[in-house]
This record gives sequence, C-alpha cells and structure tokens, in this order.
Amino acid sequence: MLPLLAVADTAPDWFTFFLQQCINGLTYGALIALIALGYTMVYGIIGLINFAHGDLFMLGTFLALTLISAFGLDTPDASSGAIAVGLLAIFPIAAVFCGALNLAVDRIVYKPLRRAPKLAPLVSAIGVSFIFQNIGLLWKGPADLSVPSLVPRTDFFSDPTLEFTVKDLFLTLTVLPIMFGLTLLVKYTRLGKSMRAVSQNPTAAQLMGIHVERVIGNTFAMGGALAGFASVIYALYINTVGFQIGYINGLYAFTAAVLGGIGNIPGAVLGGLVIGLVRSLGAAYVGARWATAIIFGILIVILIFRPSGLLGERTREKV
Amino acid sequence: MKPSWTKFLPRWEVLAFLAIALFPAFCALVRSVFPVQSTWGNLFGSKLTDLLIYAILALGLNVAVGYTGLLQLGIAAFFGIGVYITGILTVNSYPFQVGFFVSLLSATLGAALFGLILGAPTLRLRGDYLAIVTLGFGEVVKVTLRNLEEITKGTKGLNPIPPPHLPDWLAVVAGWFGFSNKWDLDYRLFFYLSLFILAIVVLLLKNLEHSKLGRSWVAIREDELAASCMGVNVPRAKLAAFAVSAGLAGLAGCLYATKLTNTADPNAYDFNRSIIMLCCIILGGLASIRGTLLGVFLLLGFEYIVSPQIDSWIQDSGILDSAVQWAKSVSPDSNQLANAFARLLTFSNWKFMIFGLALVLMMRFRPEGLLPSSRIQQELRH
Repeated sequence: MLPLLAVADTAPDWFTFFLQQCINGLTYGALIALIALGYTMVYGIIGLINFAHGDLFMLGTFLALTLISAFGLDTPDASSGAIAVGLLAIFPIAAVFCGALNLAVDRIVYKPLRRAPKLAPLVSAIGVSFIFQNIGLLWKGPADLSVPSLVPRTDFFSDPTLEFTVKDLFLTLTVLPIMFGLTLLVKYTRLGKSMRAVSQNPTAAQLMGIHVERVIGNTFAMGGALAGFASVIYALYINTVGFQIGYINGLYAFTAAVLGGIGNIPGAVLGGLVIGLVRSLGAAYVGARWATAIIFGILIVILIFRPSGLLGERTREKV
Repeated sequence: MKPSWTKFLPRWEVLAFLAIALFPAFCALVRSVFPVQSTWGNLFGSKLTDLLIYAILALGLNVAVGYTGLLQLGIAAFFGIGVYITGILTVNSYPFQVGFFVSLLSATLGAALFGLILGAPTLRLRGDYLAIVTLGFGEVVKVTLRNLEEITKGTKGLNPIPPPHLPDWLAVVAGWFGFSNKWDLDYRLFFYLSLFILAIVVLLLKNLEHSKLGRSWVAIREDELAASCMGVNVPRAKLAAFAVSAGLAGLAGCLYATKLTNTADPNAYDFNRSIIMLCCIILGGLASIRGTLLGVFLLLGFEYIVSPQIDSWIQDSGILDSAVQWAKSVSPDSNQLANAFARLLTFSNWKFMIFGLALVLMMRFRPEGLLPSSRIQQELRH
C-alpha cells in the first residue's frame, strides 16, 4: 500500500483519475463477483440459470435495511461500538435468511423438475423472480430507500483527487476472505469434492455413494448465503436500495458468470472484476449512460469469439 | 365418435375470431339498448386493439422460441426497432414522411434485417449462451435508443406519428359502414386494421408451419445435430427463424407506435416486456398458434383490462379508504401502517405474484401449456 500511496501523491492528474476509476471498478466488481458466485455454483451443479438469484439478493438488502432500523443503528445516539456489533450480527442473519430461502425455493420449485426438459426450471426461475420482486414491492413499496451511512468515508490518501475510503477497505476485507474460503472449500473439503463430482456427472456421483440431492441443496444454501453477504455489503456500500435493484445487479452478476465461463468459480470472480472495471472505466471515459451498453456489447463480442467464456472449458458435442 | 351435428358447427377458433370481430357491433348494440355513455366500450376496444398488436409480437417470438427452440430473450428490442423505424419515417421533424403503409413495410423489413444481424454471429451459440446474448442485445438496443437523443429524442420519443391515410375508395367503403376517417376518435379503425393484419399473419404462419422451412425449424428444435445430418441447412433455417421472428416484432412495433402516435419512452422496450411475451407463449403453449393467442389474451388481458378494473372496484367500494382511515386512527403519528395498507389493498401490486405463481405451477403440472401443439406435448412428456 505504501509505495502506491507515494506514487499516487506525485503522479499526474490523468493517472490518478484512471487509478481512481480502477479502484471504484474493482470494489464494485468484487461485489458483483459475490452475487455471480451464486449463479455459477447453481449452474455448475444443475445447469440452471437461476433468474431469481438477483431478486433474492434484493430481498437480502431489504432485510438488512429492516434490521438496521430494528437494532436502532440508524439513530444518531448509536455508538460506533454498537454499530460494529450490530453489523456483525446482521451479516450472519442475512446470510442465513437468503440461504434458507434459496434452499426452500429449490426444494419446493426446482426439485420436482430435475428430470424435466431444461426450459421448465428456467421458466420456473423467472416465475420465482417475479414472486420475489412482488414480495419486495409489498414489503417496502415502489420508491427507492436510502440506507444510513454506517461505515465512515475517511480517505486513506492525502491526494484530494484520489480516494480509497474505509468503506472500500471494508468491502475488500469482507469479500476477499469469503472468496478465498469458498475456493478452499470447493477444492479441499469433502463437500466441495462431492460438489465437483455432481457437477461433472450426477449419475456417476450417485453411484459412488454421494447423496446428490443433499449436495444440490447445500449448493443452493451456499449460493444464497453469498447473496445474503453481498446484500448487506451492497446496502452499506451503495446506500440506496429498491425493489428493482435485483434486476440490473443480477443481470451484471449473471453476465460476469457467463463471461468467466459459467459453472467456473474462479471464472465468476474474474468476470465480476472485469465487469466492475468495464463499468467504471466506461462510465468515466465514454459516459455513464453508456456503461450498460458497453458491458453487454463486450459480453456479446466475447461470447461470439469464445462461446464458453474466458475460463470455461470447451465441450465437444456428442451424439 | 363425436355426434354428427358438431361437424356443421364452425371450429371454435373461428367462433372466437368472429366474437372479437363483432365486438364493436356488440358495443353499439349495448349503447342503443341501455342508456350508457357514448364512450362506453371505447376504452375497452382500444385495449383490445393493444392485445391484437401484442398477439402479433407473441406470434413472432413463437417462431424463434416455439418452432425453432432458440431461446430469444430480446424480442422487445425488435419491437422497439420497429417503433423507431416507423417514428423516423413518418414524423414531421424528419424529411421522409412516407406514411403508414410504407412505414409498415419498412419496419417489418428493417427489424428482420436487424434479426439477421443478431442471428448471423450467434449461429453456433446454443441454449443458455444464446439466451444471454439476445438478452444483452436487447439491453444494448434499449440503451442506444435512449441515448442517441439527436435521432430518437431520448425519453421524450418521436411524435406525432400521423394516422394511416386510407386510399380514397377504401375511405368511401368505410364510410358506408359508418366509420369516420378520424383515427383518434374512432377506435374501430385501428381495431379492424390490427385484426386484419393479425389474421394475415396467422394464415401465413399456418402455411409456414407445414412448409419445408417450418419442418426444418421443428427438426432443429428436436435435434439440431440429427437435422443437419438429414440434410437440413441449419444456419439458413436458423437465420430465417431470426428474421421472421424479428420482422413480425417490427410489424407489431409499427402498429403500436402508430396507434399511440408516439414512439414512447425507449425504456418501455426492455427485458420485462420480452419476458412477459415469453410468459404468454409458454402459458398458452409453445409452437402453437392457438396457444399463443390464448396466452396473450389471458395474461395481457389480465394485466391491461382485468387488473385495472379490479383496482377501480376496490377504489370505488371504499374498502381502501376505510382501511387507511383505520390505520391512521391506530397510529396517528406515523404513516407507515396506512401506506402498508394502501400497498396491500391495491390489486395491481399483486400482479407479478400472480404471474410468477402461474408460471411456477404451470411448469410443475402442465409444462406444455394450455393449448399445446401435439409435437411439443410428445417432446415434453416422453
């Protein structure tokens, strides 16, 4: 960090501006990556694009907002210690809520459709997405809501053109361990091993004594929990939530998952960071209103030239 | 065996068509018998016209998703392209002003061209990847339409789009039936125009279903590899599906814009519209024309006609007001409870819950749709 600080204080303006956009992009990208992991894990294991995932994330932000006011963290007399303890409690609650909800949806809606043609669970997922959005609408109403700014915005840089705030650090410090832990879990634990086995070949995994349905359930619960973490971070970092945020953030996250090669966990993280960078650099150099178009334009180009994503493996078609 | 007299009855599709076609006459009859306002039925007729236009859009989507099995999530983009081609070719601020019939043709062909442009590079993508590329294309088109303000006037939209100018002889014939030539006052003109175009589209698609092209679409849907082994020119058939699908969407867009006399806000042509159209054809039955029409009338009829009606009933009955009053008496210092009641008692706030449940239950218990084509039924229930 220190050499970066030194460089930043002497660098020309255009460079600090560029650096600033990269910081913004990478932090937002890390958030997107967290949501993208939920898409990619579910896709990897049952080949379903879980359209409801973005809206699950939205419900998580609403829960975070409700809990913040229920714990009284938004009142002016809340001490910083109380805020820290409250936030520490909100994270696991939101994660459990979203994980349990995702698991319940899988058991009730998707499980009966395991042997159905692929279109059936996809359409069901669109239906669940509608239901979640409607719950959000009835819960908090159609207007955007602001989340109190609980994490301070103290800047680490002395250079006024460049900022890396406590908020950014907070986001980085939450997202990185989660991703690192997930990678270790998938790579080294028994559960991770069985997840990989089921995603390669469910029948063979079952023959080897793996309880396939339990593994799928765990995957949904873990993906949901990640969306829950992401939702609390989003609420604290972006400070504005509404019942439609699930749509665009889910779309970005899904794009990230596809970009990295859907089903591939490091790919989702890479895709999220790329999306964040593209969005922030595009907004800065081309114009904020074109950012979405640039993201999807790049997605289309990448998929046309590399149809299985950046890190995805090519599969040969079999008869 | 059916009883023999049933063969003298027209098929129920024909009956449904006649019922819709005679709707304005029915309104006129009600007006002459009961003392209702002279505008009675006009609003309803205008909404029914919207449904006819959306039916064309849904039939277009059905060509890609239903017949060919290409999961297209960006159909609204082609609808929007049709709308804007119409706008640019007809409004005063542009020098073209070619009139309705030429713009109808141009919107159809122009959207079909865009369909080819999207289709050509995506031929080798399959399933989910194709879905995400079409979705992305839809978003790019929406953002582009919104941001190219020099051309599209952004969210203000291009207006006014002039109504169709009937040829003299047709205007005379229409006059015999009591139609004035004022499109903004008499909804029946647009109603019959849309019904006529819808009928032509249905007839064309019915023929296309049994043509060489239609059969190769179904072959590709069932097994692309096998189809190509049997000599089906897969790229050409897929491109044709993209083009026909987009062209029909453009046609519907032209009708929609001309009826509205405005290109409206580009945000109206977003992913949500694509998804709702997809829901319509899945609810009704993929690859089935009857099913698509039924799906549009059920789902969009519910959205545009039934749910506003129920909202106004609840409003008129005073349930909402008394609930809000009660909430205010319980907690006078906060509006939270009153707002919650107002939200929960507005029927249209439950719309997406109902759509979502319909989709989930449909996929669980009747995945082939309400009026499926027999082949899709075979494919899904083997």
